[in-house]
Amino acid sequence: MISNIRTLWLVFKHAFRKRVTIQYPEEKAYLAPRYRGRIVLTRDPDGGERCVACYLCAVACPVDCIALDSAEDETGRRYPGMFRINFSRCIYCGFCEEACPTYAIQLVPDVEMAEYNRQNMVYEKEHLLIDGEGKYHGYNYYKVAGLAIGGKGKGEAENEDPPIDPRGLT
Amino acid sequence: MATIHIDGKSYDADPGKNLLQVSLSLGFDLPYFCWHPALGSVGACRQCAVRQYRNEEDKDGQIVMACMVPAADGTRISIEDEEARQFRKSVIEWLMTNHPHDCPVCDEGGECHLQDMTVMAGHAYRRFRYRKRTFTNQDLGPFINHEMNRCIQCYRCVRYYKDYAGGRDLDAFASHNHVYFGRSVDGTLESEFSGNLVEVCPTGVFTDKTLKHHYTRKWDLQSGPSVCAHCGLGCNTLAGARYGGVRRILNRYNHEVNGYFLCDRGRYGYEFVNRPSRIRHPLLHTDASDTDTLSKPESCSPEEALRQARDRLRNARRVIGIGSPRASLESNYALRAFVGEDYFFNGLPSAESHLVTLAAEILRNGSAETPSLREIEGADAVLVLGEDLTQTAPRMALAVRQSIMRAPEEKARAVGVPPWNDRAVRDVIQAERGPLIVAAVDETRLDDAATSVIYRAPDDIARFGFAVARAINADAPPVEGLSDEETDLVQRTAKTLSAAKYPVVISGVSLGNEAILQASANIAWALDREQKPVGLSFVVPEANSVGIALLDSAPLRGAFELVSSGKADAAIILENDLYRRTHALDVEKFFTGLRTVVALDSLRSPTTDRAHVVFPAGTFAESDGTFVNNEGRAQRFFQVLSPEGDVAESWRWLGRLQSGSAPSDEPRWKNLDEVLDAMAAELPDVAGAKDAAPRADFRVAGARLPRSPRRFSGRTAILANLDVHEPKPPDDPDSPLTFSMEGTAAMPPAALVSHYWAPGWNSVQALNKFQDEVGGANRGGAPGVRLIEPEKPIHSYFTKIPDAFSPHDGKFVVLGLHHIFGSEELSRHAPALAERIPEPYIAIGDADARARGVTEGRELVLRIFGREYKLPACVRPNLPRGVLGVPFGLPGLTGIVFPADGHLLE
Amino acid sequence: MNPAIQSLLLIQGVLVGLLTLAGLLVWIERRLLALWQDRLGPNRCGPFGILIFVADGIKMITKEDWIPPGADKPVFILAPAIIVITALLSFTIIPLAPGIAILDLNIGILFFLALSSMGIYSTVLGGWASNNKYSLLGGLRMSAQMFSYEVFMGLSLMGVVILSGSLNLREIVEAQSGMWFVLPQFAGFLIFMVAGLAETHRLPFDMPEAESELIAGFHTEYSSMKFGMFFVGEYVGLTVISAIIVTLFFGGWQGPFLPPFVWFALKTLFFILFFILLRAALPRPRFDQLLAWGWKFILPLALLNLVVTGAIVLARAG
Repeated sequence: MISNIRTLWLVFKHAFRKRVTIQYPEEKAYLAPRYRGRIVLTRDPDGGERCVACYLCAVACPVDCIALDSAEDETGRRYPGMFRINFSRCIYCGFCEEACPTYAIQLVPDVEMAEYNRQNMVYEKEHLLIDGEGKYHGYNYYKVAGLAIGGKGKGEAENEDPPIDPRGLT
Repeated sequence: MATIHIDGKSYDADPGKNLLQVSLSLGFDLPYFCWHPALGSVGACRQCAVRQYRNEEDKDGQIVMACMVPAADGTRISIEDEEARQFRKSVIEWLMTNHPHDCPVCDEGGECHLQDMTVMAGHAYRRFRYRKRTFTNQDLGPFINHEMNRCIQCYRCVRYYKDYAGGRDLDAFASHNHVYFGRSVDGTLESEFSGNLVEVCPTGVFTDKTLKHHYTRKWDLQSGPSVCAHCGLGCNTLAGARYGGVRRILNRYNHEVNGYFLCDRGRYGYEFVNRPSRIRHPLLHTDASDTDTLSKPESCSPEEALRQARDRLRNARRVIGIGSPRASLESNYALRAFVGEDYFFNGLPSAESHLVTLAAEILRNGSAETPSLREIEGADAVLVLGEDLTQTAPRMALAVRQSIMRAPEEKARAVGVPPWNDRAVRDVIQAERGPLIVAAVDETRLDDAATSVIYRAPDDIARFGFAVARAINADAPPVEGLSDEETDLVQRTAKTLSAAKYPVVISGVSLGNEAILQASANIAWALDREQKPVGLSFVVPEANSVGIALLDSAPLRGAFELVSSGKADAAIILENDLYRRTHALDVEKFFTGLRTVVALDSLRSPTTDRAHVVFPAGTFAESDGTFVNNEGRAQRFFQVLSPEGDVAESWRWLGRLQSGSAPSDEPRWKNLDEVLDAMAAELPDVAGAKDAAPRADFRVAGARLPRSPRRFSGRTAILANLDVHEPKPPDDPDSPLTFSMEGTAAMPPAALVSHYWAPGWNSVQALNKFQDEVGGANRGGAPGVRLIEPEKPIHSYFTKIPDAFSPHDGKFVVLGLHHIFGSEELSRHAPALAERIPEPYIAIGDADARARGVTEGRELVLRIFGREYKLPACVRPNLPRGVLGVPFGLPGLTGIVFPADGHLLE
Repeated sequence: MNPAIQSLLLIQGVLVGLLTLAGLLVWIERRLLALWQDRLGPNRCGPFGILIFVADGIKMITKEDWIPPGADKPVFILAPAIIVITALLSFTIIPLAPGIAILDLNIGILFFLALSSMGIYSTVLGGWASNNKYSLLGGLRMSAQMFSYEVFMGLSLMGVVILSGSLNLREIVEAQSGMWFVLPQFAGFLIFMVAGLAETHRLPFDMPEAESELIAGFHTEYSSMKFGMFFVGEYVGLTVISAIIVTLFFGGWQGPFLPPFVWFALKTLFFILFFILLRAALPRPRFDQLLAWGWKFILPLALLNLVVTGAIVLARAG
């Protein structure tokens, strides 16, 4: 009984505390750089598309809201010909970012995506691709992977020996 | 049965198998690389290490490779042993030291045996800090992509390519950690079975190049159980589709038919499904009968097309139906039911129709059973009469190539080497191979494996066959006038076949020679009369050739006569390009005599261009239906994707066409089962087709079976560009399968398996879990039902022996030479496969060439039935005199009825 | 002025005033809860967000009016009306100021008790008619809760009746001119307040709706203005209980300097705010605890209070 009265008093005292409410949109909340908001596709330091259309984000997505279709340029570099995110289904869980082996797909601190028409929540690649590296700087997947693409031959990736001549005697 | 002890528990095991195979069959997850159920053991990869104990008291034991130890009675092993575990983990870690960091861009990723085994063995963190060795890749042609960096040197590729498939242009080069698998120089892989490297390679060194161009992960492919439509063998396939197109074909294991492997035509022919020349909507030709000014076809709504077709057919004097050996049994039956038995024609030229019917007749009423491909693999003596199997029935050639190991294997077994111990077997037998006798008109791709080969004109091949029958059984009709060389081979062949435990005789219809079929039947019956078990197999040209033969209908000629006599003036042509079947002039005349032509087909062809109404028929990937293969096995294929546009199965169109014209009228058949039931009631010969697969109301644990894998992605985004509100997945009234991932995860019956996956097994080798024992029968039995079983009477021999072939001066017998790539109608349209189609040529024997002074590559002009063909010469050393060959079915060479009389013009 | 017109105007005034207050309470409660939770509460709609109740009303009226297919339709529709009617009727007997009361009833307290018992039908019937297991459970809880708390609600008022010697509320107020009954009847006041809370099923006694266990209890299936009527009924009930407390224990309109009605309004408002504070601060007890507490502790306490009060009054009377 005493504790109930004490509770009443303590709660009443809260009337004179500082408010925690942030008056959005006049005031904006601070969103940490790793906040999971709008999804973007980034580019590597050389300006090439980071996405290699490996489909891992799509399979990781618990609401299946990512669809893509791979394409290849003439040098064998794979990229998504189509990349679509249905943000009306997205739950911003960030699994796609965690699954991405190339840092291509990233969630950025932007939450202002509301639309009056649900159809406008469907983003195509042109809406997703940005001209920057996003949160992760300096990483270039093809500099690590042992696959030859335009501008990078066999054995030219990090930690690789030059190609072997199978006709060599040793 | 032996009893073996694994980790202290006792299990029954087949002592004829090795411990790895037994452990996997018992459900243990033991990693392996170099072993393959079809290739046997070599113990190269050191991955399947287990600890073996000498007896119950032995506590130390020793590490052994499970794949190299027989499952002898009383064997004690431990899979869970800590040291064995560490051993397996270390081996993987070491295999991975040079593996590139490229799973995201590797086509094998997600269905990679190496990924599975790495996880299974427990290797997770890379400790190797040094640099990786790299290789350059080779261009291996349009089918196979090469990425050598990913190689783990398990040697499966060369063991498959050289030892199993008989290829010569893939090999291992260099030594130690430089070992390189490839060709000596860049270039297309020659083997017709190179596509299997995709499934044999445990990692991403060899991947499907056609898939690469529209790459989709395994988990994203909506797959369905399908049957290859590109030859008469009916190999089982898994077709995978995404975004409205078929993206690849994988092998679907059918213990009795194709086992683990497909040919490249079957694997890469699928792309015709995605061609722009596909008919997606009904077409109307306002005036197709006017040949000079062919009006452009206009697409229209299905209702409009149906209305027009109904009106036109109702006003016709008589409607005839022309079926097709490449349409399903159901579609052919639906047409037969529409036009009536007497007005249904099988769409074949008379000769081919006669031969296929004869083949079915011999198998049904003769005393010899027709073997499945597995039984051909098990034969210890094979005689091939007049077929170039690699070109006409490729997968059968691969089966024949395995049969030559059977006799030598017995020798190895005698010295205590079991057949699964591949390297040791080959060391024992060295170059010795079992009997394979080939009689052909020209070199075949099996010649290198054959113990004896003779090249003769078709009639002489038949005579050789008749003589062999006579040499086996004295009641058979004799053949006069054979040469000494021939007589010698006849005697040897007869002796070999008589001595064999299970000889198989193979012939077919590709030479268009009736006597060859009769001769092979005589041989089989002769062996049967000598109380020998024997198999008799006929090669037929198309996916449903036997099926249409069982429908028992008249050839095209009958239809032509009905039209030219004015009795009929309307025709429905089912998935058949008549211009490929017979002379263009006859076809022209036929069309001119018709007032109404209704065609159903999937691709535009000269025939559909002559039709007034064209309905878009589904390909194998968009249809449900049944094909009957060369052994009379009815096999069901199911839709892989729900069709785009108005595409539907032909039987469904025909059902709609037969309903009343009011929109509320029900079609004659609502689903596949209704067609099958009606067919079974009317035609007892094909009634068994009903049981080729479970019916549409079949359920496992009350649920349907999903076509999409459990991890199918993008469900809520694939169609979001059209409408953000997702549509309901399409219904499937024809099968127990769904067009989504909804349904049970339980093991389906073999006929309904749409993808191979098991926990921890993402690669194609998850198949292990779908077999009774690894490498053995499908769980619940192989899919399909055999419609032909011989009645076993003693059949009287064929006695009409042709005269020896003698070349006439200036007049040649022209034969159609089949090509695996190009001779088949549909696969020809697949871009990758089209790259392998040969340029047209005229094959001429060395003797004739010399007599006429023809050199390789010279332009020859050949006149057949008044048409002249101007093509370069191709001089063949073994082609008999008086015989010419032109490639069968290539563009520009269609409509010739082989064998034809031809004249070479100077 | 014609007394009939006069009383009609009064009725009109009370009705409008009460309903407006009920609406305003929506806003007041939300703002106050926010205040005690370090938030701001609704502050966008109108000055200080006061028009939020208009917006709420519009929203409520325009929502789909859904009646579940298995529901007992007439009962389902009637139920929310009962609570509003009984709550409003209860207010008729309350003297707002000297001479200003809709009804000067000589059995005022009995009338109030009778009507508050009637109000239970609303929730019980609403819960039953919805044909929903959560609603039914909510209705059952409501009946058990009312059955338990009604007993000592009446008993707790008997002290006041003994002291004042009347059931007429006006006379009770007048009897407090010397001393508010809260002093001699402190126990009675506490008991009545608890019982009143339970009666209006306000937090912490909102077990009949207990959204964490029963979705929304008896009004799970209610939507649109039917739900709104439950809402309004709850706030009117809150006002009634506050007004009765003020009338019985805190001298009604009595007070120095300010006009009597203002005193009445201020006192009533104080209790309303106090109830909101209770809601902000106290957790919901377990249902069996609630019943046990009622039967085993408060009921004896109420009886004791009655006996002691009676004894003292008798002793004084000598």
